[in-house]
Amino acid sequence: MATGESDSKLDWQIATVTAVHDESPRVKLFTLKFPEAAAKRGFFAGQYYDIRLTAPDGYQAQRSYSITSSPDESDVIELAIELIEDGEVSSYFHEVVETGDPIELRGPIGGHFTWFPMLKRPVLFIAGGSGIAPIMSMLRHHRSSNSTAPALLMFSVRTEEDILFREDLEKMSEGDDSFDLMITLTREAPKNWHGETRRIDQNMIDTALQTLGETPDRAYICGGTGFVEAIGNHLLDSGMGYDAIRTERFGP
Amino acid sequence: MINNRFFGRRRPEPTRPIPPGQYLEDGFPVLSAGPTPRVDTATWEFSIEIGGEAVGSWSWDALNALHQTDLHTDLHCVTKWSKQDTDWRGVTIDTLLEDAGVAKPTGFVMATCDGGYTTNVPAADVVDGKGLLVHTYDGEPLAPEHGGPVRLLIPHLYLWKSAKWIRSLQFMDNDAPGFWERYGYHMYGDPWREQRYTGD
Repeated sequence: MATGESDSKLDWQIATVTAVHDESPRVKLFTLKFPEAAAKRGFFAGQYYDIRLTAPDGYQAQRSYSITSSPDESDVIELAIELIEDGEVSSYFHEVVETGDPIELRGPIGGHFTWFPMLKRPVLFIAGGSGIAPIMSMLRHHRSSNSTAPALLMFSVRTEEDILFREDLEKMSEGDDSFDLMITLTREAPKNWHGETRRIDQNMIDTALQTLGETPDRAYICGGTGFVEAIGNHLLDSGMGYDAIRTERFGP
Repeated sequence: MINNRFFGRRRPEPTRPIPPGQYLEDGFPVLSAGPTPRVDTATWEFSIEIGGEAVGSWSWDALNALHQTDLHTDLHCVTKWSKQDTDWRGVTIDTLLEDAGVAKPTGFVMATCDGGYTTNVPAADVVDGKGLLVHTYDGEPLAPEHGGPVRLLIPHLYLWKSAKWIRSLQFMDNDAPGFWERYGYHMYGDPWREQRYTGD
């Protein structure tokens, strides 16, 4: 059982926003602190929380958001929330929520799209846009656990300003021989850009697999539906086994 | 806990009530734990087992030769979206059982799929017109990412119970957790009782 929690009820909890950070024009990061370390349930990198908002008249809305922080952090979790057009929960977070606000949530949830340091074999991560969120938690855990499992992230975003966690990712790839980073800008790249500038295709995946050295035991793909469908097909064409590929899709 | 400055958008207004914690979605989001498996209708086969014994199997052509049922229904996904007024065509589990010449099973059933996905439901929830194998959505062949060529449809339960790329139903005496159920999702999954996770 991957969550280790599935025999107990997932109660709603209240955590406090301790930091809000503009990560990109459309994505904010929210650090949520639980009343004490014990109130934060252990989680696996890749899991998510359900957030529930309640209007004064009792109307409620719930959404799921991936944890972006490492499980090694004690009493806080970080969530990435992308502003969705007409999104009632994301717009509340972007326009209203500030440091000090209480937030009702329950989790962690999910268990298939998870990575943990016991996995010692090579791993390929492929993220599209805000699909980096659950993978960021995995990469941070890879780092904080000093994992030597060869890992490579292919990160596809539209423009330079959409590169979420850029500083962290670049620092991680510089200071860690077991982690390689490939970023591709699909819409617009600055003149001094040295990375890729097209959508992830079979050639780019072949290059990533060569860099990784060995065929990865696992691949984690997260992004919009079209992105995940296309990449999943590329990986199957590369000869990766169906069971080795784990996916998380979002958006209609 | 009340969020004083939260009012909600509540649009579009549902034509009928939707279950608690759900919002209305116009699109048709895709949620799958792995890539979309490649399924060939030329070799596709669906089987039913009761108590470990095979009682019937159907090829793609055989499935299409059975009595077809149209269903107009709403869908509710545990990831919070609901989609109203969807149109499906397929074969009821009742029709398959009748074609196999077996009585309505009791107990529970495990659905197994291409790619290895599984999900469990009580037998009573797939008979009496409640469960279908569907191959057509909105008048078109069901798209692979939505479970085509054939998926299970049990619209009164959360959509993870409507297994995509279905290949068999195994009726059994005792309940056992399927893929998501082992990860802490609810064994039954009634959206109206908001049975998302274990203990709900």
